[in-house]
Amino acid sequence: MKRVHAWWPPLALLAAAVGVWAIVVHAAHVPDYLFPSPSSVARALGNDGSLLRHATLVTVREMLLGYLVAVAAALLLAILIHESSALRRALLPLLVLSQTVPTVLLAPILAVLLGYGIEPKLVVVAVVCFFPIVVNAVDGFRSTDPELVRMMRTLHGSRFAIFRRVELPGALPAIFSGARVAATYAAVGAVFGEWAGSSSGLGFVILQAQPALDTARIFAAVLVLSALALALYAVVAATERLLVPWSAERA
Amino acid sequence: MQLLVEPKVTVADGMSAEGVVRVLGGRRVLDGVDLRVPADGRVGIVGRSGAGKSTLLSLVAGLDEPDAGHLSVAGATAAEERLTRCALMPQRDCLLPWRTALANAALALENAGLSRREARDQARPLFARLGLAGSEELRPAKLSGGMRQRVAFARTLLAGKPVLLLDEPFGALDAITRAELQEWLAATLDEEPRTVLLVTHDVEEALLLCDRVLVLRDGRIAADLDVDAPRVVTDPGFVALRERALEAIG
Repeated sequence: MKRVHAWWPPLALLAAAVGVWAIVVHAAHVPDYLFPSPSSVARALGNDGSLLRHATLVTVREMLLGYLVAVAAALLLAILIHESSALRRALLPLLVLSQTVPTVLLAPILAVLLGYGIEPKLVVVAVVCFFPIVVNAVDGFRSTDPELVRMMRTLHGSRFAIFRRVELPGALPAIFSGARVAATYAAVGAVFGEWAGSSSGLGFVILQAQPALDTARIFAAVLVLSALALALYAVVAATERLLVPWSAERA
Repeated sequence: MQLLVEPKVTVADGMSAEGVVRVLGGRRVLDGVDLRVPADGRVGIVGRSGAGKSTLLSLVAGLDEPDAGHLSVAGATAAEERLTRCALMPQRDCLLPWRTALANAALALENAGLSRREARDQARPLFARLGLAGSEELRPAKLSGGMRQRVAFARTLLAGKPVLLLDEPFGALDAITRAELQEWLAATLDEEPRTVLLVTHDVEEALLLCDRVLVLRDGRIAADLDVDAPRVVTDPGFVALRERALEAIG
């Protein structure tokens, strides 16, 4: 019940914003190619249905695979950083550095290197997504209660047993907060990837609609992208509730 | 009586410390501690905060090495070896919130290489005997403080070690639960004899549970009391022992 109630305030605010948007666009006679009204965007969603559906499938695939690569790479890096202080000193600054390279510029370079298939898009999505997961995972591993580790050592606990039974489950809530943030980046990553060179996907649809001044279609594509990002977020949050049930029990 | 949890190491010679010194942050936290505990001995260690009680437990457990002196625990002298002889029950219950009560108790068995199922099956009888039947599948968040402490004790016993190190095991409990669990622990230890080192700041608790009480003060043993009086709080002999301990604590 409480969860349903939590949806009303943002929905009401969103509805109000769309209403104001509709009124302003109609009252000021703003042409569709400059700023389409909500009804034109809705029409575009309907008319370009099959085009958007096809593009959505392509983009979803890039988002999901790229996101999985990001999660895997992030966990591996976090474990390496956690287990070795030498690797920690070597890797952490480089990870931060990797985030200072603008992804928009990285994408075309990757397209030259990896071609115009799905690979450069996966890399862009992964590069955008992995950072919040690594940072949170490393913090999660590090905040393990030392008392638990001492106790484990007197209970036949090997280094691996301590990692598997104490550090990893203890870090899961932190890992998931990073994974949720990363989930909202995946759509943007996929679009950057497609802009650097592609022949399908929602980013490609946006790129093509721009010179045609089909602004309503651009809005429709952006709407779908937001929905995809939200859906990925929801899937990650649901996985969290499944894998970390104890943190909800405590709350 | 047959033990339900057979200690794996059979060298039953208790433990000893000779001239143990530990310097932490430039301070001699332990300044020459001598101690001898027979295999069936139950020794309480009392003292103010910072008197070196927990440091001594860490050393005995093999989690730390002394700067000088010699330690022997059930025949083991090196730190790594001592680790295999002792089970530590920390101040807080330290139950893992993601494991059920039974899985928490079975932790040491899983660490020792048993499968999840085998470990739980082995833990179950003891679990029931410690008055925990019915709460096997509950997570720690759903257990009362007293129950959590019992699960923590079950976990310590199931490690199958000959030496139990209890660090303020009831420090976090309310007075009534604490009194109940003290009685319960005394009864359980009678059934499952082990070498026990009990660290506490509560003199009465030490006198009720142990057959010998050491007072640690500024890193040295300031008093060594045999608990020869009846374990009744109002008994004159008991009261006298308590007075002597409190005086030594300073």
